[in-house]
Amino acid sequence: MFKIPDPQATGAAVFFAGVKSACTSVFFLVLFGTYIGMGALAHDFGFSSWWLALSSVLVWAAPAQVIIISSLGTGASLIEAAVAVSLSAIRLMPMVVTLLPLLRDEKTRTRDLLLPVHFTSVSMWVESLRMLPLLPRGQRIAFCNGLSTGYMGTAVVSGFAGFYLAAGLPDLYAGTLLFITPMSFLISTVRNARLMVDRLALVLGLVLGPVLAANHVGLDIMWTGIVGGTVAYGVHRLREAMR
Amino acid sequence: MSAVLNELWPYFILVMVGFLPNEVWRALGFVAARGLNEDSEIVVWSRAVATAILAAVIAKLILFSSGALATIPLPVRVSAAVLGFLAFLAIRRSVFAGVIVGEAALLLGGMLFGK
Repeated sequence: MFKIPDPQATGAAVFFAGVKSACTSVFFLVLFGTYIGMGALAHDFGFSSWWLALSSVLVWAAPAQVIIISSLGTGASLIEAAVAVSLSAIRLMPMVVTLLPLLRDEKTRTRDLLLPVHFTSVSMWVESLRMLPLLPRGQRIAFCNGLSTGYMGTAVVSGFAGFYLAAGLPDLYAGTLLFITPMSFLISTVRNARLMVDRLALVLGLVLGPVLAANHVGLDIMWTGIVGGTVAYGVHRLREAMR
Repeated sequence: MSAVLNELWPYFILVMVGFLPNEVWRALGFVAARGLNEDSEIVVWSRAVATAILAAVIAKLILFSSGALATIPLPVRVSAAVLGFLAFLAIRRSVFAGVIVGEAALLLGGMLFGK
C-alpha cells in the first residue's frame, strides 16, 4: 500500500519513498518480464548487454527499444529505424504535457524538470498521475525521480538477467524468453486500445506489417504505421461525421 | 583506431537512431506543455500510427522469428499467441495471466513439436 511521506520529510527520504513505491507497484512485474524478454532479444540480434543497459537509460521506452533492436538486427536502414522509433515515440509528448502541471509551481527551476521529463514513460506516467496529487507540491519532483529510478533500475537489472539467461539456455528455453516480448506487447497494446480507432490500428498493423514484410516492401514498419494508423484515424473521423 | 571505432559504432547508432528520435518528443512536450490534451486530433492520429507500428513489430517477431525462437515451429508460435490473448480476455483482462498462458503453451508446443 502506498504511504504518503511525512510533509516535513527531506528530499532523500521522499526520493526513497518513490523508489519503494516503484518496487511494490504492478509495473515492477511488467518491467521485469518485459526487460527479461528484451535482454534475450538483444542477445539474439547480436547487441551487447552494456549496449542494452545504456539504451534502457537513454531511450527509456520499451517499444522504441524493441523497434531499434529488431529492425537494426534484421538489417533495416538507419533512417528507417530512426523514423520508426520517432513515430512510436510521439505518444511521449502529450504525456509530458499532462505531467508537467502536476510537478511545477511558480518557484520550480527549469533544470529540476529535465530529469522527470526524460523519465516520462507509460509506467511512470500512469503511476505519477495517480500518486502525485496526493503529495505536497514541494515533494513531487523528488518522489517522481525516485519512482522512475526504481523502474529504470528494474529494467536495467532484468535486461542483464535476460541477456545472460538467453546466452546460457538451450534453444527451447531461450526461445520462450524471446517470446515474452511479442506476447506481453500484444496483450498490453490490446489493453491500452480502448477506443475503436486504436483497436482498428492494432488489427491493421498486425495484418499489414507481415504482408508488407513478406512482399519485401522497403521501410515496411514505417509504412505500416503511417498507412494503418491513418486509415484507422480516417475511419474514426468518418464515423464521427456520420453520427 | 578502427578497432576503437568499431567498438563505439553501436553506441553512436544508439544515440542517433534510438535516443535522439525518441527524446525529441519529450523535449517538444516540455516546450509545448500547454494547449495539447489527450483528445486533440493530432494526438489521436499519432496514437493510431504508434499502435500500428507496434502491432507490425509484434507480428513480425512472431511470424518471422529469428534465432532461438525460430527453432519453435510457426504454428506453435501463432497458437501460443492466440491462446495467450484468449486467456487475457477470459481471466479478468490480466496481462500477467495472458503472458503466462501464452508462454506455457509455447513451451509445451515446443517440447512436443520442436526441432
